[in-house]
Amino acid sequence: MTNGYHIVVCGSIVPDPLQTLEPVQSPTGPALKNEMMLPAVLDPWAAHALYEAANLASKAAGSNSKVWLVSVGPKAKLQQVMMTIAQKVSFELVPVDSSASGFADAHATAALLADAIQSIPGLDRSRLLVFGGWESASRGAGATMQLVGERLEILDQFQGVDQIRVLDNAQADGSFEVLERIEGGRHQVSVCPGPPALFGWATGNLPEPRNNPQVGMANMRTVMPALQRAKSVPLPAGGLHFLGASPPKQQRQTRVVKDLPAEQIAREIAEWVGK
Amino acid sequence: MSQSILFLAHVSEAGNSLPKVSYEVLGAALKLTKQLGARLTIGLIGADVTAAAETVAAAGAERILAVAGPDFASARYGSDAAAAEALCRAAGAELILAPATSRFMRVLAGVAHRLNGCVDTHVTSLESVSGEVRATRWHYRQRIEAVITRDARPWIVLLESGCEAAWTGQSGAAKVEEIPVTLAQAATRTVVSGVRAPKSDAQTIRPDANLLFVAGAGWTKKQADGKTHIDQAETLILEFLRASGASLGGSKSLVDQTGESQAVLGFMTHLNQVGQTGSTPRHPKGLSTCCHGEEPHVVGWRFINERRAVNLDPNCGWARGKADVLYVADAFEVLAKLNALLAQRSRTSPEAILQT
Ligand SMILES: Cc1cc2nc3c(=O)[nH]c(=O)nc-3n(C[C@H](O)[C@H](O)[C@H](O)COP(=O)(O)OP(=O)(O)OC[C@H]3O[C@@H](n4cnc5c(N)ncnc54)[C@H](O)[C@@H]3O)c2cc1C
Repeated sequence: MTNGYHIVVCGSIVPDPLQTLEPVQSPTGPALKNEMMLPAVLDPWAAHALYEAANLASKAAGSNSKVWLVSVGPKAKLQQVMMTIAQKVSFELVPVDSSASGFADAHATAALLADAIQSIPGLDRSRLLVFGGWESASRGAGATMQLVGERLEILDQFQGVDQIRVLDNAQADGSFEVLERIEGGRHQVSVCPGPPALFGWATGNLPEPRNNPQVGMANMRTVMPALQRAKSVPLPAGGLHFLGASPPKQQRQTRVVKDLPAEQIAREIAEWVGK
Repeated sequence: MSQSILFLAHVSEAGNSLPKVSYEVLGAALKLTKQLGARLTIGLIGADVTAAAETVAAAGAERILAVAGPDFASARYGSDAAAAEALCRAAGAELILAPATSRFMRVLAGVAHRLNGCVDTHVTSLESVSGEVRATRWHYRQRIEAVITRDARPWIVLLESGCEAAWTGQSGAAKVEEIPVTLAQAATRTVVSGVRAPKSDAQTIRPDANLLFVAGAGWTKKQADGKTHIDQAETLILEFLRASGASLGGSKSLVDQTGESQAVLGFMTHLNQVGQTGSTPRHPKGLSTCCHGEEPHVVGWRFINERRAVNLDPNCGWARGKADVLYVADAFEVLAKLNALLAQRSRTSPEAILQT
């Protein structure tokens, strides 16, 4: 792999997980109350994918690698989130001004993402790695990346990825070893002979990079014009109908037990668990 | 013409049955078949489906179809997508029900695209109301529950475990129609080489356990004496897991310490993380210790029915309607006593240790 990789990361924005979310009815179906006012963050698993992409690109031989971040979301919110994300790692933003709602149809979002990827000038399929989060924190379906992969005709797809390692085997043929999450806290191990391939990332192994204002400045030179150019595209409902959307019903009546000796608490717990 | 439903499954890792959740999905498929007056087909994928097919032979399906052979032994996108696509086409079903196993979660959305259909995952219930099929699923990581319908067909629905009673029936001889699938070279580029699992004594994630035991960052924080007690925390937790058979979950703050190389509990990894960016396990009971119970953590508890917490802070998140009982106490002391109690019980009557 002497020419490095072309890594396209698909990642959108989601409401900050510390916010309370309340569903409301909009003319196009369910939405979040004050959606445009809620502080947003880059979708956490997609963020891990972005950090892994930057790390892989920087380590690849020749360092001829490049990272794009393809993001479908409302322009104004994307811009806010980019102010911090752009300081983390180097990438070129490919924004699509559309809905990032968790109620949007995965099929429609995937079509927009695939189109955006295919329109990246100079993208080399023989070096292409498509990254993303294995599930979003909004729709949380784990479907979008597979659908993007199908549209790009990529058959080497992996989900719940925690690690990819370029094998330094005798042939140095650029094969990857991939670890995917499976049941029971285990990983499935596969060997993929190289690009093109698609990876839906879980947490991976990298900490969140520190903010680097220089990286931020370099990124923003392309981020801002890209956002200005971004086309506004409606997201079709695709035959998906919502009959209702509601927050969880039960609020528990918590019994707060104070001043009980540890011994007695232990007895209560043991009895409860054994029941 | 009546509707047609396909129950799609892959064989278990052992190869002689289906994964447990599959029988629950079969239960759901049979219920819906009856409600809709539909026809049921079973579709199976695996290296050899004979034994698995026998376990569902008595379910009353019109046909049992299979894509089988060594190429279909392991969970690889290219081959699984081709197999599932072939079965769906052969069955010609409008509705395809499948278990949300990691193997199927990884591939069936892609198959829906190939069939020009649609897919929904993490579905927790499926019902027919006046002939209309409605699915329930969570959005925003278990914060909003929605009921949906779809126009497009075929509609592939992946159901979660614990949503339907498992179908049970006698094993018997099964008439299986094999659907031939020739894989393109591109579908076999990837080679699955195996499974990496923690050593059995370090295997702390037990999906079938009765109890989820969650450890939070408090276990590694300075305690009343101004010192941390990581070794003690480690011993107490491992001892409890051994005695109780509980599955171990962790808060993000605790598991992240591994990456930040702070003093950590050695057996805790990202795979144990419960919550927004972790897992949403299903266990009848959950016990939280030294964990604050913030919303991004507690969304991972959506499918834990009975919840108790031990925390020094009477105002922690658990106190605010997130647990049934909050014990305001030192988890080090409580767990030490609990372990002693369990040890004593197992000595007096070995069967009386907590059932999992
Ligand atoms: C994008 C994003 C995603 C997130 N995803 C997740 C997620 O998936 N999972 C998750 O868990 N969090 C997640 N969080 C983080 C979450 O908001 C909390 O910060 C985290 O859950 C706190 O972990 P904790 O309760 O273990 O630690 P702390 O908040 O540090 O709480 C420690 C607790 O231990 C108690 N304690 C200390 N000593 C004792 C003792 N001896 N006995 C009893 N109690 C004691 C303290 O009273 C305190 O309540 C996410 C946050 C963001 C922003």
